[in-house]
Amino acid sequence: MATQHSRLAARVMISPAVILLLGWMLIPLCLTIYFSFLRYNLLMPGMEEFTGWTNYRYFLTDPAFFAAIANTLALVLGVLFITIVGGVLLALLLDQPMWGQGIVRILVIAPFFVMPTVSALVWKNMFMNPVNGLFAQLFKAVGLQPFDFLSQAPLMSIIGIVSWQWLPFATLILLTAIQSLDSEQLEAAEMDGAGPLSRFFYIILPHLGRAITVVILIQTIFLLSIFAEILVTTNGGPGTATTNLTYLVYVQSLLQFDVGGGSAGGVIAIILANIVAIFLMRMIGKNLDA
Amino acid sequence: MGRISLNQVTKSFGDVNVIPPLDLDINEGEFVVFVGPSGCGKSTLLRLIAGLEDVTSGEIRIDGQDATMVPPAKRGLAMVFQSYALYPHMSVAKNIAFPLRMAGMNKAEQDKRVAHAAKVLNLADYLDRRPGQLSGGQRQRVAIGRAIVREPAAFLFDEPLSNLDAALRVNMRLEISELHNTLKTTMIYVTHDQVEAMTMADKIVVLQAGRIEQVGSPMELYRTPRNTFVAGFIGSPKMNLIEGPEAARHDAHTIGIRPEHLAISTTEGAWKGVVGVSEHLGSDTFLHVHQTGLAETITLRAPGELELRHGDTVYMTPEADKLHRFGPDGLRLA
Repeated sequence: MATQHSRLAARVMISPAVILLLGWMLIPLCLTIYFSFLRYNLLMPGMEEFTGWTNYRYFLTDPAFFAAIANTLALVLGVLFITIVGGVLLALLLDQPMWGQGIVRILVIAPFFVMPTVSALVWKNMFMNPVNGLFAQLFKAVGLQPFDFLSQAPLMSIIGIVSWQWLPFATLILLTAIQSLDSEQLEAAEMDGAGPLSRFFYIILPHLGRAITVVILIQTIFLLSIFAEILVTTNGGPGTATTNLTYLVYVQSLLQFDVGGGSAGGVIAIILANIVAIFLMRMIGKNLDA
Repeated sequence: MGRISLNQVTKSFGDVNVIPPLDLDINEGEFVVFVGPSGCGKSTLLRLIAGLEDVTSGEIRIDGQDATMVPPAKRGLAMVFQSYALYPHMSVAKNIAFPLRMAGMNKAEQDKRVAHAAKVLNLADYLDRRPGQLSGGQRQRVAIGRAIVREPAAFLFDEPLSNLDAALRVNMRLEISELHNTLKTTMIYVTHDQVEAMTMADKIVVLQAGRIEQVGSPMELYRTPRNTFVAGFIGSPKMNLIEGPEAARHDAHTIGIRPEHLAISTTEGAWKGVVGVSEHLGSDTFLHVHQTGLAETITLRAPGELELRHGDTVYMTPEADKLHRFGPDGLRLA
């Protein structure tokens, strides 16, 4: 039982870890906030001065900022939609008993182990390249004009690449959820006269609710900060067509050497991410209550 | 409504033959219990009737119609599962209404039937709750409610009481028997508990390794078990089966005598032995007697107030007309 004494001991014991974690989080955060109020350009070292809200004003009125918000939303929502619909269907398929089940499951998981830069480069050069790419070859083989994915539909292409990476994750989580469904429930529904579609919508899908919530929460965290795929494929272009908030902060601080403006963008990104998190938890967090 | 007959039905899983050719007739309104040790194929047989498994060969007829290839939903049977199989995300009312909703019944009629089932099963106060908020017995009643609203030709119960505690089990046993008396619908009930079989059934089907060992009313099985398996399975505590010279003296390979048909005495009797463990139930005492020279242990029922200690010598006399004789093949001798 927790006595006064043992509780004190517990607090003393965990304090180093808590202090380390807090420092790890708070020091960069405070520095970013501090920089965001400075006129801090790497091309003019030693000339930093306090400028108040100027950095924020410039960042928020930048036309690229609104494009970036729209792109970030499109990227997150598009990938979530594809991975969840695709993940549920793949999980249903993989749940069927079949020959070579173990190997097929490993193959399905495999894309998740490929690092983002590598997979994006493979997609860019081996699949989507309008001259040498596999898709171009296929188009030519049937007599069509090859489609230049990354310049004609850049954001869609990146959504495709990112979905390919995250589909295994969603499939894996949803597959384990499907396997935990009591088969007697499905049999009971069958006896009650529910056809395959009714069984899916009335029994399987509600059972997957919690797993889908977990997938949405985890993926949103990572999808808000997609960066490597954009850097190696489109560099945020053409124009700002594939610039998301993360990439805009990168452009501001490391391509335009404006650390102050980049920091302001970073702070805005943090605030927006928290707003999204609050909405997410409000909307779907109740699914996590047992 | 509710006549089911199985004709030369077999079931194999791969090479394993679970049910050898089997014939069985279930009459309208009967309460039939399938009983047998675990793995004897009784649940498989029930699932074959329900249509959840396909028969390997043979024919199932429901009300005279060939139902062998009819999908489960179209057979007009309702099943209550061992795990209850309630839909956890639906309220009790929605659970009960689910089969009606699937049948496309209008909302008013659905509500009427749900309300009626809830009244019959004392669930009216719980209709808005989720299954997770109910006790085991209440969940069981919801599962039965879901079966009742469909007004099926027959109810199938797959070990419905095995997840309940002992006191609740006795209660639910009574409730299901009561329900059968009210509805007068055919019920098929699977259990491994011979007490449930004896107390509830109109007709017991004893199964072993997929074979029907005997079909009959509870008392028929108790009085005239067809073979040593049924003799040992029906009745609690088990019948004493004795082989060897004592059996030969009665012109049989094996003789059987139930514990309640042995008279006990401390002075004289046909068989002599030493008292081992005695189980005092209050109303009765079950004595386990050793060193009789007949079998390892002879169980016998004695009056509750009996004062005998471990190691005491006792004498037992079987009631002659209650002695069962079996041949070398295990079958009952006339």
